[in-house]
Amino acid sequence: MTHHATQPTAPANAPAHAGIYRYDAVDRQFVAERVAQFRDQVQRRLSGVLSEEEFRPLRLMNGLYLQLHAYMLRIAIPYGTLTGQQLRALAGIGRRYDKGYGHFTTRQNLQFNWIRLEDTPDILEALGAVDMHAIQTSGNCIRNVTTDQFAGVAADAVADPRVYAEILRQWSTLHPEFTFLPRKFKIAIIAGDHDRAVIRAHDVGVKVKTNEAGAIGFEVYVGGGLGRSPFLGQKTRDWVDEQDLIAYLEAVLRVYNRLGRRDNIYKARIKILLHQTGLAKFTEMVEEEFASLRGPRYHLDPAIVAEIRRHFAPPPYDDLAETAVDAVPGTAFARWLETNVAAHRQPGYAAVTVSLKPAGGIPGDATSDQMEVVADLADRFSFGEVRVTHAQNLVLPHVRRADLAEVFAALDAAGLGAANVGTIADIIACPGLDYCSLANARSIPLAQELSRRFADPERQKAIGDVSIKMSGCINACGHHHVASIGVLGVDKHGKEAYQLTLGGDPTLNAAIGDLLGPAMAEEEVADAVEKVVDLYLARREPGERFNDTLARLGRAAFKETVYAAG
Amino acid sequence: MPLVKDGQPVENTWVTLGDGDAVPADGAIIVTLARWTADKDALSTRTAPVGVEVPGTTPAADLAADLGRLGVIAIRFPIFRDGRGFSLARDLRERHGYGGEIRAVGHTLPDQYQFLIRCGFSTVEPPDGKDPALWAAAYRSITVAYQASIGEETPLGLLRRRFVGS
Repeated sequence: MTHHATQPTAPANAPAHAGIYRYDAVDRQFVAERVAQFRDQVQRRLSGVLSEEEFRPLRLMNGLYLQLHAYMLRIAIPYGTLTGQQLRALAGIGRRYDKGYGHFTTRQNLQFNWIRLEDTPDILEALGAVDMHAIQTSGNCIRNVTTDQFAGVAADAVADPRVYAEILRQWSTLHPEFTFLPRKFKIAIIAGDHDRAVIRAHDVGVKVKTNEAGAIGFEVYVGGGLGRSPFLGQKTRDWVDEQDLIAYLEAVLRVYNRLGRRDNIYKARIKILLHQTGLAKFTEMVEEEFASLRGPRYHLDPAIVAEIRRHFAPPPYDDLAETAVDAVPGTAFARWLETNVAAHRQPGYAAVTVSLKPAGGIPGDATSDQMEVVADLADRFSFGEVRVTHAQNLVLPHVRRADLAEVFAALDAAGLGAANVGTIADIIACPGLDYCSLANARSIPLAQELSRRFADPERQKAIGDVSIKMSGCINACGHHHVASIGVLGVDKHGKEAYQLTLGGDPTLNAAIGDLLGPAMAEEEVADAVEKVVDLYLARREPGERFNDTLARLGRAAFKETVYAAG
Repeated sequence: MPLVKDGQPVENTWVTLGDGDAVPADGAIIVTLARWTADKDALSTRTAPVGVEVPGTTPAADLAADLGRLGVIAIRFPIFRDGRGFSLARDLRERHGYGGEIRAVGHTLPDQYQFLIRCGFSTVEPPDGKDPALWAAAYRSITVAYQASIGEETPLGLLRRRFVGS
């Protein structure tokens, strides 16, 4: 059987209203060509024509990592939006080629952890059939652009950030100049004051805004990133015209491609360049480059923006009155309404967050069966649309309030009814040493233990807005730096150990948490976290947030409690 | 080593000189930037064309004044992962209007061939021992592009275009 790029004729039948960018024949041809190219590369590797060293960059450009036990395939979910049909296809891939589940990540993507190399071309072909791929989910290129999971839903946004995320997705796809950067490059975009995408933890963070004339422009932050040396993005420009978005980003990328460090993998991100160059000098270099790039060639035509915007038109909502939902106080449903259901700009609708954080479970994991349940609910109740959040949950973005009880019952029956979104039990964790070849320590067993400790809904409610985020190594995929309570796995004399950080904040007022004290053994971590939480509960003023109590009492008080002998 | 141009192997008619090598009386030569800077007037009196080889770290502005006198600019890739050469080529073409040959030398992969072309490279010297046929195979492996590039002078349209001629 030969495989060659053909012009796919069967449309992927995306539901007419899901807020995704709809492929046409040109986009489909591109993905088909890419699959054919990768199939050839895998053949060359399996037959020994390509060495592992030569194959590595090629497989990484298709999202394929070699992990501890098997290949891991990371699938791109552009800006975290997908259709029920696409989620169903992912469920099928998980069942056929993995062990019947997948793992949703802090970058709004999906990872399969048990993949065989020889299956990958067929998997990519199956993805291509529903207009998906794994391009640029790895490698030193511009990665999947992430955004607010409530894009187009939240009332506080001035525009739908997915429009610009899609423009950036296209612009960055196989970019000829920026595919061999010093290191990976991540862009996040929001369109309101409420930052649900942690934009200041990205290489570039973009905030869409409007000026007094009502025109759209962008505020740009550069040089954020967690990892070994955490930095928050700094504002390099308060206003970039809509038409200059591409030119400005090309200028930033070009300065970085030229001057970013290539001699040390730990100093290669743009945050280090910005830090070592200084904001003023760095901004000056970008401005100089921007001045030369600006012009007709890089002008983002309003007609194109309008064309892309058409793909993200709001679905045909019913004209509903704002309705209250009846729930018996104290029931699981009533709790879920409080924690997992968010306001919607459209009267009579709500955005439902599906928690992938059951007590004792693995954060972000979903079985193929569960994915199918969510896909079906999306098709029945949410215009065929699903979102993935950076906190490793799923969202049904447009559910009629009148349907909430039925949606909850279906989720609960599938083990997806945890009412803990935004609570201390909504833990973010990377895969850790159970899967990842970079990790120093396991994340999953601790995340499971902590979620069991904080499983009581009354206690969750009492604690309020306190977050736990966990990374199995300094690469900080679990965002521990910006957690109220961060847990970091380290290697201590050849043993797994954990450090706690306190006082991080992922919003636009971003803050990096401070190290509490020496690393501790795994069995000590959950007790230590409980001591921190108990001290906060005992000493907080009415309504006082965790970081404010921490600032008022000082870190020493918490350190004393945690490390006290006894 | 033969070169690859437009997906086809072509003969390399240029001789690359080390800094200690004598300059031949005729024939096209490529010299280091240091030698060019020191001897540019003497080298320009020859009737045969002259070019320079530079690392990807070279600022395009360092070459800007001499572009009219250089028949080829060869940009060396120490390792395929070092993408600075892409920016230099694009800068030479786009900002400085260089119209001569830009050649990729050193360690590149055939899978980078389309990126090289789209950043303004005209020729590639495959690494030693690599079959030029691999570059021929990679020449049109992807026929859709999502951004403006050298040789496609239309402004940024729907960001997405088919390659000319595919």
